[in-house]
Amino acid sequence: MKALSNSACIVGVDESDEIGILPNKSQLALHLEAITNAVRDAGLKVSDVDGVFTAGQHSPSLLGEALGITPRYVDGTTVGGCSFIMMVGHAVAALHHGLCDVAVISHGESGRSGVGVTRSRDTSLSGQFEIPYGFAGAPTYFGMITTRHMHEHGTTLEQWAQVAVSTRKWAVLNPKARNRDPITVADVLGSRPVCYPFNLLNICLVTDAGGAVVLTRADRAKDCAKKPVYVRGAGEATEHVMVTQMRDLTHSEATRMSGEKAFRMAGVERRDFDHIMLYDAFTSGPPIMLESLGFAKRGEGVHFFEEGRSTPGGSLPINTNGGGLSYTHTGMYGIFPIIESTRQLRGECGARQVPNCRMSLVNGMGGMLSAAGTLVLSSER
Amino acid sequence: MSPAELERPLPQPVTPEAKPYWDGLREQKLMLPKCQDCGHCFFYPRILCPRCSSRRIGWIQSSGRGRLFSFEISYQPLNKAFKVKPPYVLAMVELEEGPRLMSNLVGIAADPNLIRCDMPVEVVYEKLNDEFTLPLFRPHAGVGGGRA
Repeated sequence: MKALSNSACIVGVDESDEIGILPNKSQLALHLEAITNAVRDAGLKVSDVDGVFTAGQHSPSLLGEALGITPRYVDGTTVGGCSFIMMVGHAVAALHHGLCDVAVISHGESGRSGVGVTRSRDTSLSGQFEIPYGFAGAPTYFGMITTRHMHEHGTTLEQWAQVAVSTRKWAVLNPKARNRDPITVADVLGSRPVCYPFNLLNICLVTDAGGAVVLTRADRAKDCAKKPVYVRGAGEATEHVMVTQMRDLTHSEATRMSGEKAFRMAGVERRDFDHIMLYDAFTSGPPIMLESLGFAKRGEGVHFFEEGRSTPGGSLPINTNGGGLSYTHTGMYGIFPIIESTRQLRGECGARQVPNCRMSLVNGMGGMLSAAGTLVLSSER
Repeated sequence: MSPAELERPLPQPVTPEAKPYWDGLREQKLMLPKCQDCGHCFFYPRILCPRCSSRRIGWIQSSGRGRLFSFEISYQPLNKAFKVKPPYVLAMVELEEGPRLMSNLVGIAADPNLIRCDMPVEVVYEKLNDEFTLPLFRPHAGVGGGRA
């Protein structure tokens, strides 16, 4: 793993031309917009791409066909929204071993409008054992983790609300964010109850968008258009799919393992990070991830948000794009935190730029803390 | 009752390895798979033991008692085929025998101030049709100081 550290770089990132509610764009179009934009950001051409990585409904071979290329390396790992984060590690390994030279990781999802989408999911176990009781959609599963966390660790609805408030403060500074009006804890607690313990403002947006990330080997990255961002560490793990099977309902073992692997490969400590991106499908997610990653004791992850460490001007900015809660969330959000970390490390973020941002952590979940991917990204080798 | 009148989506697709579970529920028995080598009792039914990988799986009848491990209260219908009037309680139950399963908590108001994690619960059977009966759970004033 050490040999892979810093061996490849992120050289291009971008969203689709627009993000938000896009009833006139197919899911495939969102992929292709994002890929062409990210390849242009890297100063490369689509014909340079020879490795295609994607998760979700469209296969990497479909993207290759649509782009008019014949990739010699593909990866379609689909284990939830963190798949794209895991794929950065997969791409680094493939690039290091010469299995491809220019890798693109692509996400496109018409999650809100459903354009060019076939609704089909693997529900074989859920259909037997969950759906007859009224389970439907992520809030009815992630709430179980959240309620149990409140019971075991004394966390409160007010504390979860602080996560939404902190994240919205960043969205105010991001012109691409969907919801940009400041909110208070009272606004979150007073928003429409959806599924206890979640009100509407505890739950991410549902949008249409694409995003793509381009990587190449470090020796070649120097010739690209932008300052390279080094992939210093990468780790992944999966634990469960059904939330009843999670060993400890308030701790994500997949998250812990992915973090340990990434930190070891990178040779960094938790105190070395200037910036953190966490997968915020629900307000309770980021605090539990911080606990599982070892940044906080059990029940104390919320302190990062309550004490203002996570907010603009704070000592450890978290979710600076406005997150899935306020910027965009298509369904499989994991590509977007990689894009934001890259932009922060390049210093491209304008009003929301984190000063002297040199080391960034990306951690995301798939499913209900079922799978996890962690990246250590750095502006320096 | 015709399918159109059902309040709940029927379990589907039923897997062959889960047939003893559904057969048991029809007779108001909550059956659980148990490893015949290491003794691990688990859920959902599958063809091997998730603890020791043994393929020798038998079945036992659960006491039907356990604790409410976690819960949610749904305030809006999230699936058109699920017609129980909200608010209703989505429940994760941990049975005395160890396994956890999803269900509903009934027999108590859907109020987060009345429901608490770890309260004792017991199974009640909800017959959907001649083929399917679901295990639901209600508060049980059992050992451990639970309240109904």
